[in-house]
Order: sequence, then C-alpha cells, then structure tokens
Amino acid sequence: MSNLEDLYREVILDHYRTPRNKGELPPPAVCTEGSNPLCGDEIQIFLDVRDGLVHDVRFTGHGCSISQASASMMTAAVKGKPVDAVRAIARRFKQMMTIEEHDGTAPADVKLGDIEALQGVVKYPVRIKCAVLGWNTLLEGLETAKA
Amino acid sequence: MAIDVAALRQQFPMLQRQVGGKPIHYLDSANTSQKPNRVIDAMSAFMRECYAPIGRSSYSLASEASDAYEASRAKVARFIHARSPREVVFTKNATESLNLAAHSWGRANLGKGDAVVLTHMEHHANIVPWQMLAAEKGFEIRWVPLTSDFRLDLTSLDALLRGAKAFAFTSMSNVLGTINPVRELCDAAHRAGAIAIVDGCQSVPHMATDVQAWDADMLAFSSHKLCGPTGVGVFWARESMLDAMPPFLGGGGMISEVKLDKFTCAELPAKFEAGTPPIVEVIGLGSAIDFLTDLGMHEIRRHEIELTNYAYRALKDRYGDDITIHGPTNPELRGATFSFAFRGVHPHDVSQILDQHNVYVRAGHHCAKPLMRLIGANATARASMYLYSDEADVDALVEALDDVSSIF
Repeated sequence: MSNLEDLYREVILDHYRTPRNKGELPPPAVCTEGSNPLCGDEIQIFLDVRDGLVHDVRFTGHGCSISQASASMMTAAVKGKPVDAVRAIARRFKQMMTIEEHDGTAPADVKLGDIEALQGVVKYPVRIKCAVLGWNTLLEGLETAKA
Repeated sequence: MAIDVAALRQQFPMLQRQVGGKPIHYLDSANTSQKPNRVIDAMSAFMRECYAPIGRSSYSLASEASDAYEASRAKVARFIHARSPREVVFTKNATESLNLAAHSWGRANLGKGDAVVLTHMEHHANIVPWQMLAAEKGFEIRWVPLTSDFRLDLTSLDALLRGAKAFAFTSMSNVLGTINPVRELCDAAHRAGAIAIVDGCQSVPHMATDVQAWDADMLAFSSHKLCGPTGVGVFWARESMLDAMPPFLGGGGMISEVKLDKFTCAELPAKFEAGTPPIVEVIGLGSAIDFLTDLGMHEIRRHEIELTNYAYRALKDRYGDDITIHGPTNPELRGATFSFAFRGVHPHDVSQILDQHNVYVRAGHHCAKPLMRLIGANATARASMYLYSDEADVDALVEALDDVSSIF
C-alpha cells in the first residue's frame, strides 16, 4: 500500500540486506570516519590507495537503510578505479543528490549504474544527508590518502 | 471527571488537519505539544486588543499589559506551588533555564575540587551547560547509573553525592519515559549538602508539580511542551537562592541603577529578565496553564496512564518480541513516551514508513546520546502521547508498523 517504492527500490534494499565490501582493511589503509550528528548515523571508510588507484575499499558503521545501501553501492562502484574517476563518480552522485540547479562541474558522461536507484531519495530531503554520508567520508579519505 | 478526549480534540485546530485526505496521528508530544484554540486566541486577542510594552512605561495601556504579564507569572507560581511569584523567572526556553542555573549559580559556587552529579538519563540541555562550565572551572561531573529496568540506580547515590555541591536530574526521561522519585532525590542531595536542580520538561506538562512537596531548589521547564507557545521557558528557584545568585544576562529591565563604573540589580524576578521578554508568549503560557488547570493535572495523568496501558498491550499483543520497548513496563512508573526498536529496522526507516500513514513519531538520539550509548542504540523511534492523544492514534501506529514489516 506504500508510496515509498521510489525510496526503497529493490536494489537499495538488496544492498542494505547484503552489504558489499563490509568490514575493515588493516593499515596502511586509510580509515576515515563520518557521522550525522543529528541522527546518530556513523560510518568508517577504509581505503587502500596506491599509485593513483583505489585498490580496495571497505566500510563499517551503522545507520538507516539509505545510508548503509548508499555506502555499499559506493564501494562496489569505486573499487579498482583510478582516483580521478572515483572523484568524478562522487561529484556526479552528489550532483544527483542536490535539489538546487546543477553547476555543471561534474562530467555528464560519468555513468552511475545501479547507484541511479538512489535518485528517489531527493524527493525526501531529510534523507539526502543519509545518502551522501558515505560519499563525503570517501572524499575525505581520498584527501587523507593523498597527504 | 475523566477527560472527554473526543471533545478535547475539537479544541486543537492542528488535530483537525488532514494529510492526503486522511487524519493525522501526532505522536511527538514529548518533542513539542499541539496548541488549543484557547491559547491561540489568547495570544491573538492580546496582540489585537492589549499589546503594549511591559514594565517600562507609565501610561494605562502599558500598565494593563504589565498586569497581564504578571498575572501569567502568578499562574505559573500557583501551578508549580511556588511560595511566591517572585520565584518565577521567564526565560527563552528550558535550555536557557538550565544554562541560567549553571552559569549564574554554578559560576558563583563551583570550582576545583567540587562536584556536580548528573544522571545517565539526562537530556543534552542538562549535560552540556555543566560540561561547558566544568571546562572553565575544573570541577568534577559524576553520573548516576541506570538499573537494567531503566530506572536510576540509587544504590550508591549517597557515595556519589558525597562532597557534591549540586545534583541536577530530570523528573522524567524523554527517551525512556521513566518517572524519577524527585522527593527522594532532593532529600539525598540535601543530606549531602548539595542543592537539587530538577529538569521538569517532561513531567510538568503531564502531572501535578509541587516544588515545595519535592523540597527542590531549582526547576526548569518549557511552555511549548504544555500546550503553550514556543519562545518562553520557566526557571524557578527558592527566593533565597535567587537573591544570592548573580544575574545571568545583563541589559535593560534587570537593573535598578547603572553608572559609568557599576550597576545594581533590580528586585526579583526582574533581576533575571534582561531585555524585552516574550510578552505575547508569556500571555499564551498563562492561558495554557489555565487550560491544563481546568482539565486537572490528575485527570491528565490518569488519561495518560490508561493510554500507556492500552498502547503497551496493543503493541505487545500484535508484535510480541518483534518490538522492544525501552523503559519501565509499569504505567504507574512511566509517562506516555515510548522509545522502541522494531524487528531490527532502523528507526529512520520506521519513521519514514509511519509518515506515509500520517503517523508522526520522532527517530534519532533524542538529544540524549549518553543514554543511547547505554541502551546500545544509535537511535530509537519514539512515540509520545499527551492529553489529546487517543486509542485511534495508538491503533494507527500499530497498523502502520505492519507496513514496516512488508517493506523490510
């Protein structure tokens, strides 16, 4: 009876129930933490970045279905990709998650694949912060890995 | 006389609202309460017919407005059984009241080697002001733990209070619904030579309050949780304490004399009311107190006990072990606030799906992160009821939870 199909797409629920790349990576992998102080969601992203490539990525933490599924889909999308490509995907995703006009900085040809399923979140503005939590944490991790 | 909830609901315009052509079920009253016509009309009439400054000007309209403002203060004093209206200070909200306690009384009385005792079920508003001051003054903060059935563990209370100067605690948990034995806690504080500061936000709207029977020293609560408007809170303290405390905010209204090198404070309670106060909101608060008093605080409490009983049984009958309700099971020991976990589904997802059914609950940490850590949850869903809540609200919650199961 629910009108929530846009939010709770099957692919999202699948990633929530069976998260990909869940777990930790030992050092020297970089660990970055992110949280939404308003709702208490917490996430840790582990990144193994070498020679400009995201060799491996894992995540741990707890939160709602949207935050967990988004993080899972993100790890699946960026694993094995060059850092520049990962940044482009993240930019494209965050662009998709904004209600405002796009500023055109993210290349339109970046394909998000399954991640497009999260588009429905935009209709529920309070949940956008859930969807972008993992991505912001990933971008922070990339900065740390570079340093 | 028992409350006629159907008739009562007619007096709340927001409860008549429909969303998507269906009635709404407002179950977030521990967060903020809905407003009856009586309060809305009193504020509107005051602005239309009586609005003028208070306290400063000598013309007739201003003195009429001052009288109305002071009449609200007298109502608050009677409502909580204060010894005198001089003991009642209007603030912006309960958070400001607790900050007043910390930054006025605390700053003058706390230093290195001192201790303040709090409990594990405090709202951030009764934690952070003390932490801010402790960082500056170097006193210790101690914590009263909880029992496994979500009550304060008082077995080591006397030891915790030894050498403490203040014991600040909530009269009712905003997460668990637990009602604390305020008189017993005040007595324990006094035995140790500490003052007792009560955060009354969750209990004052729902049951009779008697600061003298409690033998409390300070009390903080807000207007907006008891059918009054936002923008005004109450700080009550014994007159002797208010007299001894330095002012908190400085400015107009709180002085009797200002010279280039010094000022002297006004009499109580003006000493603690700097600047133009929320005049209209204070009028609204007075009207809300009339509204509650006419219904009767004991009747309101009895209604909420019955509804708590009904809700507890309805949720447990339908969902059994699939629902975990955090908090005491005995309705006499708790308020009508239910934090719950449902089938392992995250509270944000629960509240999102309930929203689809016009059932409005809060999901999150409820500004009580230390307590959330203790109960092992990052967040809970919380349904909280008030005098206007009814069995249909509970039934809607029970039904809507079924949809949570169908999606997750």
